[in-house]
Amino acid sequence: MSNNTSTFEGFLRNDGRKGIRNVVVVAYLVECAHHVATEIRDSFRRQPVHLIGFGGCYPNAYADRMMNRLCTHPNVGAVLLLSLGCESFNRHELQKNIAVTGRPVHTVVIQQAGGTRKSIEAGTTWVEEALQQIAGVPRAPMQMSDLVVGTVCGGSDATSGISANPAVGRAFDLLVEQGAAAIFEETGEMIGLGDAMSARAITTELGRELKMSVDKAAYYYQKMGHASFAPGNADGGLTTIEEKSIGAYSKSGDAPITGLIKPGDIPRQRGLYLLDVVPDGEPRFGFPNINDNAEIAELIACGSHAVLFTTGRGSVVGSAISPVIKICANPETYDRMRDDMDVNAGKILRLQASIEEVGKEIYDKLLEVASGAQSCSESLGHQEFVLTYKSFEPIGPHCLPI
Amino acid sequence: MMVAKTVSRKLLRIHKKDNVVIVVNPVQAGDRESVDGVEMVFTERIAIGHKVASRPIRQGEKIYKCGVPIGSAKADIPLGAHVHVHNLASDYIETYTLDKDRVYVK
Repeated sequence: MSNNTSTFEGFLRNDGRKGIRNVVVVAYLVECAHHVATEIRDSFRRQPVHLIGFGGCYPNAYADRMMNRLCTHPNVGAVLLLSLGCESFNRHELQKNIAVTGRPVHTVVIQQAGGTRKSIEAGTTWVEEALQQIAGVPRAPMQMSDLVVGTVCGGSDATSGISANPAVGRAFDLLVEQGAAAIFEETGEMIGLGDAMSARAITTELGRELKMSVDKAAYYYQKMGHASFAPGNADGGLTTIEEKSIGAYSKSGDAPITGLIKPGDIPRQRGLYLLDVVPDGEPRFGFPNINDNAEIAELIACGSHAVLFTTGRGSVVGSAISPVIKICANPETYDRMRDDMDVNAGKILRLQASIEEVGKEIYDKLLEVASGAQSCSESLGHQEFVLTYKSFEPIGPHCLPI
Repeated sequence: MMVAKTVSRKLLRIHKKDNVVIVVNPVQAGDRESVDGVEMVFTERIAIGHKVASRPIRQGEKIYKCGVPIGSAKADIPLGAHVHVHNLASDYIETYTLDKDRVYVK
């Protein structure tokens, strides 16, 4: 393989982690500060200034952890926090945790700054300065082994599980081989695959944890009354829930499973990780993830430098902080929406390429994007972000055996 | 004489462990297609995304797709036969679907 030792330039952070982007994050800490944050970000169109935030006024340990992880993500160079002033989000702790990492950070409290207009002015001035400041961040050589890469599927159809998803699986095999950390998720779409997944765990205890996470998802989705199999699935050629689940599962490839993590846990070793996205305890806040971007945000909070997104029907979303690379499963969708698609896995169905070939193409596209080329969603300006209430227990002692 | 490796333009094997292949271009009654040197003759039209047995499968045997089991055969399935709700059942949760009269069936 030609890319074994491919080196690209990354941004070296004080904690030793390296990023492939150098963005200023503008983060609102309650919905009431969302508009001011949006106005500030909008002054920097086509510049690396990204908007994230948490809309809730009541405290939530999960959201707090997510915001802390996202604001100290290696792709982030500086952070501007937008607070209304009376919300319960712990902005002091967040600012402190960001400052400790050596990143420029500043909080604008709208009630103290004198309202909307003055806050927008203050914030915009700060971001201008921050952009100049982070332009001087030290660079360091990076290799594929330095990357954390997530994968998610959205807007799936009958083609997803037979072209784009197994092709991502091959790309994941290559990444793990190269020493990267690769994260797959959505245990709700792994019902029926608990045993198959368990058998791939590097220890028996981890295997048990993997299976338990799928059982938890089955219980949770049952409580939600979520129909897991619709007549349209059968029309499209899917016969059983296990088969439907494979659509999600085949993105994980064939590598042994190194660990089970939850949102905000960052893999410190190479290998393949399952991200358990289903909340612990009795269902409280609704669906585990309200849409694809909630899952993407969690993958990024786990350190993902980039996210491989497979779609059959044709999703267009991107994300704040980390590039999203679109792999289109359906050749007809690709023809219709090619501006939004980075890789055409639909050609597998037209027998113009093998799953292995497209897997290599995804790997090469990732290298290109890690080296600085914009993904389609980035160049189109997509920066979707969503974060809602959830609750998790910490992972158990057997979840990360190494 | 040159012997070309037969590559089906209508069927795709996803994983080496699989005992089904996927229809990627609809097959018609009377079509002959070969995958990995095994020829199948079709007796009915089968739509894109659907599964076909790539070897004879005995009742009770696991069906593998993408290298993992997706259920068990409800009946003996001959080579080249359509594999779907009529001859494949989940090992976990029954699949409910609509029949041709739009009635929910198991």
